[in-house]
Amino acid sequence: MIKQLVGRVREYKKDALLTPFFVVLEVVMEVVIPTVMALLIDRGIDAGNLGAIWKYGLILIVCAMLALVFGALAGTFASRASAGFARNLRHDMYYAVQDFSFSNIDKFSTASIVTRLTTDVTNVQNAFQMCTRIAVRCPVMLIFSLIMAFRINNQVAWVFVGVLPILGIGLGILMKIVAPVFARVFKTYDRMNTVVQENLRGIRVVKAYVREEHETEKFQSVSGRLYREFSKAQKTMACAMPLMQICMYACILLISWFGARLIVGGSMTTGELTSLFSYVMQILISLMMVAMVFVMITMSRASAQRISELLTEQADLHDPENPVTAVKDGSIRFENVSFSYKGDHHKFALHGVNLDIKPGQTVGILGGTGSAKSSLVQLIPRLYDVTEGSVKVGGVDVRAYHLETLRDEVAMVLQKNVLFSGTIKENLRWGNEKATDEELKRVCKLAQADEFISQMPDGYDTHIEQGGTNVSGGQKQRLCIARALLKKPKILILDDSTSAVDTKTDALIRRAFVEEIPETTKLIIAQRVSSVQDADQIIVMDNGCINAVGTHDELLRSNEIYQEVYRSQQKGGEE
Amino acid sequence: MPGPMMGGGRHGRPAGGKRGKNPKKTLGRLLSYIKRDYSGKFFVVLVCIVLGALASVAGSMFLRVLIDDYISPLLLESSPVFSGLLRALVMMGFVYLVGVISTFLYNRLMVSISQGVLKTVRDQMFSHMQSLPIRYFDTNTHGDVMSHYTNDTDTLQQMLSQSVPQMFSSAITIVAVLVAMLFTNVWLTLFVLLGVFVMLRVTAKIGGNSAKYFLEQQKSIGKVNGYIEEMIGGQKVVKVFCREDKCKEQFDGLNEELRINATRANTFANILMPIMMNIGNLLYVLVAVVGGTLALTGVSGGITLGVIASFLQLTKTFTQPVSQISQQVNSIVMALAGAERIFELMDEPSEVDDGYVTLVNAKYDAQGKLVETEEKTNIWAWKHPHEDGTLTYEQVRGDVRFFDVDFGYTPEKIVLHNVTLYAEPGQKVAFVGATGAGKTTITNLINRFYDLADGKIRYDGININKIKKSDLRRSLGIVLQDTNLFTGTIRDNIRYGSLHATDEEIKAAAQLAGADDFIERLPDGYDTEIDGDGGSLSQGQRQLLSIARAAVADPPVMILDEATSSIDTRTEAIVQRGMDGLMCGRTVFVIAHRLSTVQNADVIMVLELGRIIERGNHEQLIAEHGKYYQLYTGAFELE
Repeated sequence: MIKQLVGRVREYKKDALLTPFFVVLEVVMEVVIPTVMALLIDRGIDAGNLGAIWKYGLILIVCAMLALVFGALAGTFASRASAGFARNLRHDMYYAVQDFSFSNIDKFSTASIVTRLTTDVTNVQNAFQMCTRIAVRCPVMLIFSLIMAFRINNQVAWVFVGVLPILGIGLGILMKIVAPVFARVFKTYDRMNTVVQENLRGIRVVKAYVREEHETEKFQSVSGRLYREFSKAQKTMACAMPLMQICMYACILLISWFGARLIVGGSMTTGELTSLFSYVMQILISLMMVAMVFVMITMSRASAQRISELLTEQADLHDPENPVTAVKDGSIRFENVSFSYKGDHHKFALHGVNLDIKPGQTVGILGGTGSAKSSLVQLIPRLYDVTEGSVKVGGVDVRAYHLETLRDEVAMVLQKNVLFSGTIKENLRWGNEKATDEELKRVCKLAQADEFISQMPDGYDTHIEQGGTNVSGGQKQRLCIARALLKKPKILILDDSTSAVDTKTDALIRRAFVEEIPETTKLIIAQRVSSVQDADQIIVMDNGCINAVGTHDELLRSNEIYQEVYRSQQKGGEE
Repeated sequence: MPGPMMGGGRHGRPAGGKRGKNPKKTLGRLLSYIKRDYSGKFFVVLVCIVLGALASVAGSMFLRVLIDDYISPLLLESSPVFSGLLRALVMMGFVYLVGVISTFLYNRLMVSISQGVLKTVRDQMFSHMQSLPIRYFDTNTHGDVMSHYTNDTDTLQQMLSQSVPQMFSSAITIVAVLVAMLFTNVWLTLFVLLGVFVMLRVTAKIGGNSAKYFLEQQKSIGKVNGYIEEMIGGQKVVKVFCREDKCKEQFDGLNEELRINATRANTFANILMPIMMNIGNLLYVLVAVVGGTLALTGVSGGITLGVIASFLQLTKTFTQPVSQISQQVNSIVMALAGAERIFELMDEPSEVDDGYVTLVNAKYDAQGKLVETEEKTNIWAWKHPHEDGTLTYEQVRGDVRFFDVDFGYTPEKIVLHNVTLYAEPGQKVAFVGATGAGKTTITNLINRFYDLADGKIRYDGININKIKKSDLRRSLGIVLQDTNLFTGTIRDNIRYGSLHATDEEIKAAAQLAGADDFIERLPDGYDTEIDGDGGSLSQGQRQLLSIARAAVADPPVMILDEATSSIDTRTEAIVQRGMDGLMCGRTVFVIAHRLSTVQNADVIMVLELGRIIERGNHEQLIAEHGKYYQLYTGAFELE
């Protein structure tokens, strides 16, 4: 998994490799500095040698300057590498998603894809930067400092060897205790946010039922739990600093004791003692950072895992080897089609469907929720692949077409349709990049959208908010129909696309279809009988199967489901 | 002191990007929380911080003492005795121990304080939010309000538990070290101060750049995330229109922009640390060279080997807190801006309620007079206190009348004009009209979600402004278009209508609403857990639950907002039956989207642009051949 992600550094590989290189150099300088310092004190100040003071002083300045330059370079390369890495990850994921079929998207769910592309990438980016810098810096620092400490005096330096494991084990235990507590804290935190969110969303319900106090109590019980858990976690973590101090002070005292004896014994100098003191901090802080980096990297593992899942997902729809690039006509044929969303042979959403639709026909599809109306039509532009049997458009199996050709000729207005932020024109041109303003107007007239668009202050240049929130449901549906019409498709599928449009406008749209685009095959899924009753044939779906096919009159005579739906809507007083 | 900057590298990310208007006042208010509940603990914390800082300074001074007073004399002795040194070390050990204990104590106490303050702030914020008028929720997006609970409290937490103690401890250390340095050598001290000054200037410069680029980066992230959310949300449409390549192209542009900004922002954050550290190092070197030169040339007397050694240690101890403070300043500024936003919410004026008429359980006594009672009767009465101290009771019947009501969400834009209507007890009043005609607005006025601009509304003859809001609302049941269920069991969700409802009452309400059937078929029945958006339930089932919730409250007056979304005919019939069951025997205001509902209403109000343009029952309106007729015959969009 890690390897698969890291490979995506690509053009920033150089930066990614230079980072630890300069980090190591920086660390070397930082470690060398206290040693030279010792030399300065011993050979310069102690010996009363002004020349030596200047000499070592100069070396030290050079060292510090080099450390600065190396550090800055490491920082620069690190940020370049990590930002580039993140860019590549986002790029690869976004491209992968573009190749996803509907079933791939269903599998992940939209929200989860968004999280993977945003939050998870940020987490991995931070971890990556940490790995190239701090995760290199600290262990190297630890080892070099230890080596230097031993070089200065291999007797006193054993103090570190004694103290380090104590700190290490101590920190380890703390983290072991605290990790599960933090996991609980995050859960409680989520729960608290849910309470607030639900309260905000349902504030009218809360106020209407006078449940303000009840809600406050609910919130307080969660915030109380958060308080207790968070306090517990942080109180445990509060031991880390004193532990580190104990170790540090212990080192200082021990080094002082043994160092003093060695100095008096003549085998060590005061300068060396000063240097050893500096290494105490460097060594212990490094160890502490190593522990922290370890925790943070562990935390980003879950994100890396999620990204990797998305990247390894195989798109399950592909263009064929020698694709057919033209659709002959708008005929549709289903031959023994069975279909299951999960691709298994047990839970079929559609079962044994046979259908024959001629070019230019208008076909109505009716049925209750879950009767697989949408599943049926989604097979035509090959949004999903059949599990058994075959779907043919223009006499050719849809799997033989070039996908873009097929989808250009089979326009579909989805049930959950979306407008994007931008002007009405921009939204419509999704159907055809190069459409002229006249063409736009023509399709909008067809979809009965021209009238309300013209009444808007900016007309066709009116800005649509994200998700189309500034137009009504019926208007949105008409815009979506116009957008699909702009493709000039051979087959047009409306999946419950006029539910929010009033019956009269609905009828006008259908009449326009018959008059203006007679050669286009039209499939209309609807809840209202009135939307389908003039169709050449009406398909009644029930439980994944075709229950009946016929005209309005035929079905009204013979089909029970159709009769029931018709009756219930008559009672409601529609037309 | 340098300006606020984006140091720290690791967590220098602007939360809101905006700086507070009055940080001083905010800080004072924040501290008042500590003062109120934790003044004792906080005092201990301060003492501990001082002790801890002193111990660490003493530690730095120790090297000098060690070398000058113990090691150097011992060097001169022929048979050195180490017992004096041992005593000194033990003494020092005690000092360190005090330091460690203080650190431990203040860290732990600070956890209690900061978490306690946060809990108080959160609780106050939430309970105050409950008291805010609906208007507040109209004008603030959920995202914005949510961020007070997430981002703003997070930065506050960071500040209280880390930045404040660290700042304080750093300041103490700086002062203590400065004093120690001055005692050690004045000239060297001045020299170090000069160096620190340079250091601050450089970091202020870099920090400023870093802050700028971090804001740019935030903007880029916002753009990229916004794009991702919108386009992935519409991914199926993208596929249907074969727009993949176009999307890739657009995304690449934004993605590259983010990379450039992220690189810049991170570079400045990353180089800050090495620069700070190495200026510190340079300072260290310079002190050694200058000090050494001074010691040897004897220009300034009293500089010994020990002085230089300890001064070097002091220099290190001095530069560290300085760089720490400059890094903390930024997160404190951020946190104060966040705190200010939280306090703004807390200062929002609450819903005003001057009502004094209350809703009580009542019964008829032997004389047939209405009296208040503790027991649960099915009779409710308005308890009306008068100025002369007498009380009158009036039975709640459900008679609602509007007299010349004008209303606007903002004073400039009146959306309801001259609305006069009446609903007698048990009547069903239906509102029809296009989106924005003012149907929902009318119902929002009955339960006083908003206050009138002009005119009045009487409920059982009482001006609703005189009724206590909570009692008014308890007497009104409401079923909204958005079902708004809460995370919990189905039983809890129905019980929301009446917290003291027994399980039998809940079942009865569910039966009335027609929800009992599907609930019993769920594996856990009434104890089935659902989440807020009711993901596992169908649209129709959620509507049935919200009807049952209203049914269990059993109010004399109901407000129903029918759902517009298309549900299939069968489910619709079930929901319709539920609604009918609920309406039976009550005064009902219904915002109708279905003609069947409208048809059997006692009165139908046709609204257009905030005015009632037609009123009457179905037959009358059909005969009128007006807007209702057009609507009924499908010539006019009903939505």
